[in-house]
Amino acid sequence: MTSNELAVDVRGLRKRYGDVTAVDGIDLGIRKGEVFGLLGPNGAGKSTTVEILQGNRSRDAGEVTVLGSDPETGTRAWRSRVGIVWQDESAPAELTVRETVRHFARYYPRPRDPEEVVSLVGLEAKADSRIKALSGGQRRRLDVALGVIGGPELLLLDEPTTGFDPAARRRFWDLIRLLADEGTTILLTTHYLEEAEALADRLAVVAQGRIVAEGTSGALRERYGTGATVEWTEPDGTPRAEHTDTPTRTVAELMRRFDGEIPGLRVSRPTLEDVYLRLTGQEGTR
Amino acid sequence: MTTTAVGTRTKASCDRVPGAWGIGLSRGALEIKQFFRQREQVVFTFAFPVVFLFLFASIFHDDVRGTGITASQLYVPAMMASGIMSTSFQSLGISIAVERDEKVLRRLRGTPMPPAAYFLGKIWLVLFTGVLETAILLLVGTTLYGVDLPTDATRWFDFAWIFVLGLTGCALLGIAISSVPRSAKSASSVVVLPFLVLQFVSGVYISVDTIPGWMLDVGAAFPLKWLCQGLRGVFLPDSARVLEQAGSWEFGRIALALAAWCVGGLALCLLTFRWKDRRTG
Repeated sequence: MTSNELAVDVRGLRKRYGDVTAVDGIDLGIRKGEVFGLLGPNGAGKSTTVEILQGNRSRDAGEVTVLGSDPETGTRAWRSRVGIVWQDESAPAELTVRETVRHFARYYPRPRDPEEVVSLVGLEAKADSRIKALSGGQRRRLDVALGVIGGPELLLLDEPTTGFDPAARRRFWDLIRLLADEGTTILLTTHYLEEAEALADRLAVVAQGRIVAEGTSGALRERYGTGATVEWTEPDGTPRAEHTDTPTRTVAELMRRFDGEIPGLRVSRPTLEDVYLRLTGQEGTR
Repeated sequence: MTTTAVGTRTKASCDRVPGAWGIGLSRGALEIKQFFRQREQVVFTFAFPVVFLFLFASIFHDDVRGTGITASQLYVPAMMASGIMSTSFQSLGISIAVERDEKVLRRLRGTPMPPAAYFLGKIWLVLFTGVLETAILLLVGTTLYGVDLPTDATRWFDFAWIFVLGLTGCALLGIAISSVPRSAKSASSVVVLPFLVLQFVSGVYISVDTIPGWMLDVGAAFPLKWLCQGLRGVFLPDSARVLEQAGSWEFGRIALALAAWCVGGLALCLLTFRWKDRRTG
């Protein structure tokens, strides 16, 4: 893959805060037009990585190219091509939604139509409300509006749905899909597995500052979710479980032992969540 | 060039990004709008000097011996100077610290907005509120406390440069001090306390002929003392010069001191200004 097919190209990225290594050698390649999910528990290094891509944090080592430029030396023209949705919202409380979106549009050489962006994020009914009067979900939608007002080629979303109720999260997903359909390259960090699975074309699992797995959710499940768990109940009532690569053979053996029906039989393949928890070393937390 | 949505939008990067001056104007309008929508801030900024003028000028109203003026008259230019510093130094020092803490600055930094536009916007806000504040105090001073407007054009010219230099110096000092508070919560105390002290040692609350010399010397290191002195020179009769430390208005030294603060304040801002707070720095 040549580098101009990549919106984001990261090699050997490292960042330390004092004694803590936040990012410990990350490689990333995000293709143009792709929705890429960076999945990992809190403190895995997701936000630090995204902040480096935004040009808002320095790095200790590694090569980073975002839309053909090093973010550390990003010019205003470069900034106008990258949209950012921050983890914590920060819009001016006293202004209305429409005033804010219109004002931010002035910063960009070729902004989208503010009215169109307000309705894109579903805030038409709130366009003339002061920002301080919006709910948390509505503010998040405004954040997205401000992230896309410049018509970015690349949108960086840092944990955009943290604190959302399930319905608000679904609506937010629809919005992200809409932007992706328009051809925007999207990098999204999340610690919600279902979110990464629902939105991302490809995803990378980050743990302790490293990428521990990368691919489509199906491929990850196939590669790391090997084997199956066979569960049954012994005649004395004790539940038993066995993890095996050959579940059929285990079931056949059980059939011989029980001579017929196996009490409480259950054969399960690992879910993506099992894979994720194993990869991020949180297996025991379930 | 491909015909995909991404391909066509790449062309946007060739377009010129909007200029700092235009965005600065638009930010100025926005800043003024935001300012007047925060009622507490409006009251805090505008009412303080007016209330203090009313209190001081009403309590102390005797003739000041050998000067041909009353104590009330003396408080009018003093409170105008204080008002100019309030709308520039205090208002910027607190509001920028809050904007930094609430990550408004970081968000702006993530857009192609030119940094100069942010400061231009603040300058428009300070000019607007500073002119308004000064006009209010002057109105109160001329109607209630017997201050006469200068009839001489050169005095108005002096007033103009003293106002502009004083406001600019104090505004830059305000931007610089905004980097000191660690959070929005501590911003008010960090900014208000030094302002209060400066008002005492610069001849705002207490006449310069009463303040100990060493205190005045401390005050002379900051712009407020010179702003006060300049405004006395503009709005008080020449017979009041005897109260001054030097026995004259010293317009030349005032111009030098205020201009030095504009240059020094700018350097201080450029050296210390942070878009991010310290915790995430």
